[in-house]
Formats: sequence, C-alpha cells, structure tokens
Amino acid sequence: MLSTVLTAVPADSDWINFDVAALAQNFWSATFDGLTFGAIYALVALGYTLVYGVLNLINFAHSEVFIMGCYAVFFTLSFLGFGPSAPNLSFGAILINIILALIAAIVASAVTAFLVERLAYRPLRKRNAPRLVYLITAIGASFVIQYLIFLWRGPLPEPALTMFIPTPIFEVFGTIIDSQQIVIVVAAVIMMVLVDQFIRRSRTGRGIRAVAQDPDTATLMGVNKEKIIVTTFIIGGILAGAAALFYVMKIPSGVQYNGGFILGIKAFAAAVLGGIGNVRGALLGGLLLGLIGNYGQILLGSSQWTDVVAFVVLVLVLLIRPQGILGTSLGRSKA
Amino acid sequence: MNRKKVMTSLAMAATLTLLMTSCANQAATPGSTSAAAGGSGLNLDVKVLTSIETPKDAVLPAGDGKATCADTTTLAYIGAETGANAQLGINIFNGVQLAIDQHNKANPGCQVAFKKFDTEGDPTKATGPVTQATKEENIIGVVGLPFSGESKATGNIFEQVKMVHITPAATNPGLTENGWTTFFRGLGNDAVQGPAAAKFMTGTLGAKKVYLVQDDSDYGIGLGGTTTTGLGDAMVGSDKVTTGQKDFSATISKIINAKADAVFYSGYFAEGAPFNQQLVAKGFKGAFVGPDGVKDDQFIKQAGDASNNAFFTCPCIPGELIPTFADAYKTLTNAEPGTYSIEGYDAATVLLAGIDKGNQDRAKLLEWVNNYDASGLSKHYKWDDKGELQAPAVYGYRVQDGKIVPIGAIGE
Repeated sequence: MLSTVLTAVPADSDWINFDVAALAQNFWSATFDGLTFGAIYALVALGYTLVYGVLNLINFAHSEVFIMGCYAVFFTLSFLGFGPSAPNLSFGAILINIILALIAAIVASAVTAFLVERLAYRPLRKRNAPRLVYLITAIGASFVIQYLIFLWRGPLPEPALTMFIPTPIFEVFGTIIDSQQIVIVVAAVIMMVLVDQFIRRSRTGRGIRAVAQDPDTATLMGVNKEKIIVTTFIIGGILAGAAALFYVMKIPSGVQYNGGFILGIKAFAAAVLGGIGNVRGALLGGLLLGLIGNYGQILLGSSQWTDVVAFVVLVLVLLIRPQGILGTSLGRSKA
Repeated sequence: MNRKKVMTSLAMAATLTLLMTSCANQAATPGSTSAAAGGSGLNLDVKVLTSIETPKDAVLPAGDGKATCADTTTLAYIGAETGANAQLGINIFNGVQLAIDQHNKANPGCQVAFKKFDTEGDPTKATGPVTQATKEENIIGVVGLPFSGESKATGNIFEQVKMVHITPAATNPGLTENGWTTFFRGLGNDAVQGPAAAKFMTGTLGAKKVYLVQDDSDYGIGLGGTTTTGLGDAMVGSDKVTTGQKDFSATISKIINAKADAVFYSGYFAEGAPFNQQLVAKGFKGAFVGPDGVKDDQFIKQAGDASNNAFFTCPCIPGELIPTFADAYKTLTNAEPGTYSIEGYDAATVLLAGIDKGNQDRAKLLEWVNNYDASGLSKHYKWDDKGELQAPAVYGYRVQDGKIVPIGAIGE
C-alpha cells in the first residue's frame, strides 16, 4: 500500500526521505522519550478500555475527564505558590505539594467521570437507548465540557508551572535519563499493575469482569451492575487524574480548554492497538504508540509524520489482528 | 469494597512518595557528563538598549497647525480588534488614534475622523469589513491590515477602488509580488528579517552551530527559508513541527545530539513556548531565538523560567524607548506602547501629512504616499515601486526579569 503511494510521487520530489542515520543516532533518546509519553497515553487508554469493557461504549468525554485533572493540578499548585520558577523548597515539601496536586487531580477527574456517567449515560441506559445514541451523547458531553472550560478560562493555555527541574540520574547508551522520566514511567507502571491486580483479584474486580462478560447473568448472580459501572468510570477517572499530573509535569503549558482532545484520540488508539477492553493491552498499546510516533518522526524528519506513522501502523496491525495485539476482552481475560 | 478502593489509592500515593524520595537522593549523584548542548563560547550577555535615536527631521502628526480640510475627511484602521490576536491590533490602532488626536488638537481647521473595522485577524472574515470600508466615500486612506493572511485575501479589493493602505505589521514577502499599486508596507519583510536573524545569531551571539525549527504556517516556512539561506554553513540541522503540537521530544533529541548552541524557531509563540520549555528541561544551555511571531508576553507566561534564554528578532522599532511617544501613548491608553504601536503611529502620520498638504481624495492621497520621502519617528519612509520600504530596520529583543526588552538594531 505504502509502495504504491511512493511510486505515485514524481521522482524529483523529496517530500519523503528516510533518514536512517538520524534514527540510529537518536534511537535511545527517542526510545526513552517515547516510553515516557507512552506511559501517559497508557494511563488514559485504561479509562477507555475499562468503560468499553463493561458497557461496549467508547467514552469520548474521557479526554475531558483528563483535562479536568490537568486544571486541578494547575489550580492546586498555583494555590500552593508554585510559579514559573522551580520552587525553592526542600524536596520533601515539593513532594507533599505534588501529592496534594495528585489527590486534587484524581478527585477532579473521578468526579467528572462520575458526573458524565450520571448525566450523559445512565438516563439513556434506563430507557434502553440504542447504541448510536450513546455515541452522540458521548461526543456531546465532550464538547459541552470543552466549551464550558473555554467560557470559563478563555482560549489561551494557563501559565506554565514548574514542579521541579529534571535532574540527570544515570546514562544508558549515551543517553541521559532524568528524574522526570523515571518518575513518570515508574509511577505509571506501578499504577497500572495495581489496577490490573485490582481487576483480577478483588471482589469488585471480579464484578467488573462479570459485567463485562455477561451483564444479565452477572446481575442474576447478585452483582450490582449499576454500582459496578459507576466504579469502573471512577477507576478510569482516577487513572486519568494521575495521567494529568504527569502530563502537566512534562508539558506545563498544556493546560488548555481543548488540551485533552488530541491526547484522548491517541490514548483511544492505544487502547484499540493493544486490544480494546484489555487492561494489559492498554499498557502495551500506549507504550508502543509513544515509541512508534517518535521513531517515525525522526526517521522521516518532521513532526508532521508522527501521527501519520503512528496511525498507519495502527491500521496495519488491525488489518492483521482486528482484535488488537493482546486481543482478548476484559470479560474473557484469564484471571 | 470502598475500603479496598481507599487502600488502593493510598498504596498508589505511598509508592509515588517512595519513588520520588529515592529520586531526590539520587539526584545529587553526579554522573552527568552532560550530553546536552552547551552554551560555551556563546555571548549571551547582550546589553539592553535604553534609548534610541529618532530622526531629527521626523514628520510629526501635528504638522504646522494651519491645515484645512473638510470635516468629513476620514482615515480608517482595518484589522483585529477582537479574537485571539486582538492585542496586536489594539497596539496598532491606539498608535493610529494617538496620531490623529495629536493632529486634530494642533489643527483646528482640519478635524480628521477615525473609523475602525474589525477583521479578527482572520483572512476568511476580512473581506467583509474591507468592502464595507471601501464603500464609504469619506474614507480616503487606511492603516492595515496587520496580518499577512488577511492582507493577501483583501489586497485586490483596495486595488479596485484605488485606496491607499499601509500595513504596519504584515511581513510575508510575497505580498508585494501581486502587482498591487495601493499596498504599502511600513516595515521590513521576512526576506530582510531572516538574514538579519542569521547574522544576529552567528555574529552578535557568536553561535557556531544553529539548529532551525520551523512550523507549518506560511509565515514559518517563508521565514525558515530566508533564515536558512542567511545561516549557510552555520546551520547544523533543521526540523519541522506542527501547529498545535505539545510534545517536542523527538526534535529536541536531534538538537541535543547535534550539539547545537543556538536554536532558531520560525513560527508563533503558541508552539514556541512549550518547545523552548522542554528544550531547557532537557538541559539545553544555548540561546533560543524567535521572530516577531514569538515576541509576545504570552511566550514568557507559557515557557516559564525557560524563557530566560530567549532572544527575538522583529522588524518593529521599540516605541517604548521614544519618550515623547511613549508618554503620550501612556496618557491615551494607560498602557505601555506594544509591538507595532509606533508603526501604526508612523503610518497614520504619513497619511495625515498628505491630508495637510491638500491631498484630500483617494487618488491624490495614493499619489502622495507613492512619492513620499521623509522620516517618521521610527525610521525613514520611502517606498519602491512595489511598496517595500527601501531601508527597513530589524531590531533584536531579549527576555530580562520576565519582560521583553530591546537590545538594538541587528543584521547591519
């Protein structure tokens, strides 16, 4: 497919170049940066995957659940006195402030997720609305939240806040790994492992899997379906809140009314790539999408290629494995 | 169940705590043979300019005070008054307003009216207000339009009615290649700014390896091209970014590996700010240089402390350093003159001087501007047959104590 595209281009055009040398030179830094961003995608992707698992619904408003977390981080940290300069505080104090911001983000995102479920989805479920209607309310909820934020905060991003200056920790293959990258990747992976274990081992987790597999039978077996659905939205919200903290840590000027939109689409793509409905698939998909985009951009020499490459790979993978890389859905995953 | 949820979040918070504390301890460990590009050999301590010389024979709006004209004589500003780019428009029309106020105060026999038309800076919305203005017979000259895109979209409308308009801010070089006889540019274009920026980086800053990053706008691509030519061998690499992009890690990785000591960002502040912030967070110690599209207070807000390494080039003159102008502007608006305020003031002055000399219809005023050869407060105004200034100046600016301050003319 790609080769036909290439031959269709006049020979004298140089719009597409493969810069293998640049990729070789930047391979490791691209890898670590890709993993850092991939970890953030993965946390957001889990929200899409969990909700899809129990409701077969793509929650398009999840990108706004995420951006509400970003605003919570911004307001908490500004309230605590953070500004454009890195704060002149002991590390312990900074840490406590960041944890407060994390808690605020988690609360804001979880509450947003809860409200979206309560206002946009539950009334439809009560009336047995067809699936298409959910899709419309999902997109509607997304726009409503986006433009409410616009009316409240205006079109410009919030001023940047610096939480801490990334310090080099160690060097791998000549590439410096800094404290920021380590914090993001390790914390994100720990959270995902906790969620994975929670779904696999806890009573609520079993409930979630039961509802995903067969809602009616699960209800007959004594599972409170409505409660499980709300819990699932809240877990997605908690993860989005954590992702929001890491995102603002990495991109302080990303707190903007439509700042969640592109990230949401990528996280959704990550969920599909890994196998939608699959918790481990979301992790794998997120990391892969982060890596592929970065490699593609360096190989082809401009940022316009990042998304082209990422989505071409997505399409190719889905052509071969329509169910995604790990494939199995939440309900059928081996517990 | 609830209890478990609480436990889980507690566990998460606790792990994060442990994790970050351990990072804190390790952070002190050296082991950082910085692969980051260094600023060695760069001259970043560029002196701030505190005054500029104004041409001694500068034409002022007041004139000789003896002018007479019909009291229907009207000048117009057409450009952004609202929208995302409103601030630039406000800077300009306040400059125009000041010139007209000074003129009318000094000339009781000639009270020129002033009208404003809002385009929001948007090419798709600009044709309406421009058509409306050209239909008003009393309007004989226009200051505008500020942006390149909207100027391109509306140049033909002015041309059809032979109405003179002086843009105080549009810098795309292609605008004067349309054969328009009514379009005049009151500042240098990007074919001047690019080479001046290149000379500034390799000369004044002493950069040996410059990395060029451009966005996907007409402005960014055009200016990127002229800067590339100006840089020649000093350019060690280039990359392209996208409007709306937030994560620049791949581009930054290439810059760090190329060991560049200066980066030129050809685009606007919306992407330039997060780009520079991430660049500095990755250990870049060199200079960040951006054009007039990046020279905005929003850049400092969104890049935070990273903006301390930033320099700007701009074909705009620092009006805040001309005391008579700055004081009068402050009295009128309660604000400091902004980017392009003085250009708006000077453009209006050219038109007002024409009216005072009796050029009080569209044809005569156009003829007047065509033959104009005199100094304004900011620079000398004499246009070639395409409508370009013959000796435009480009100024350098830098960030100091969270403010953008001028450092003098560059590229000479």
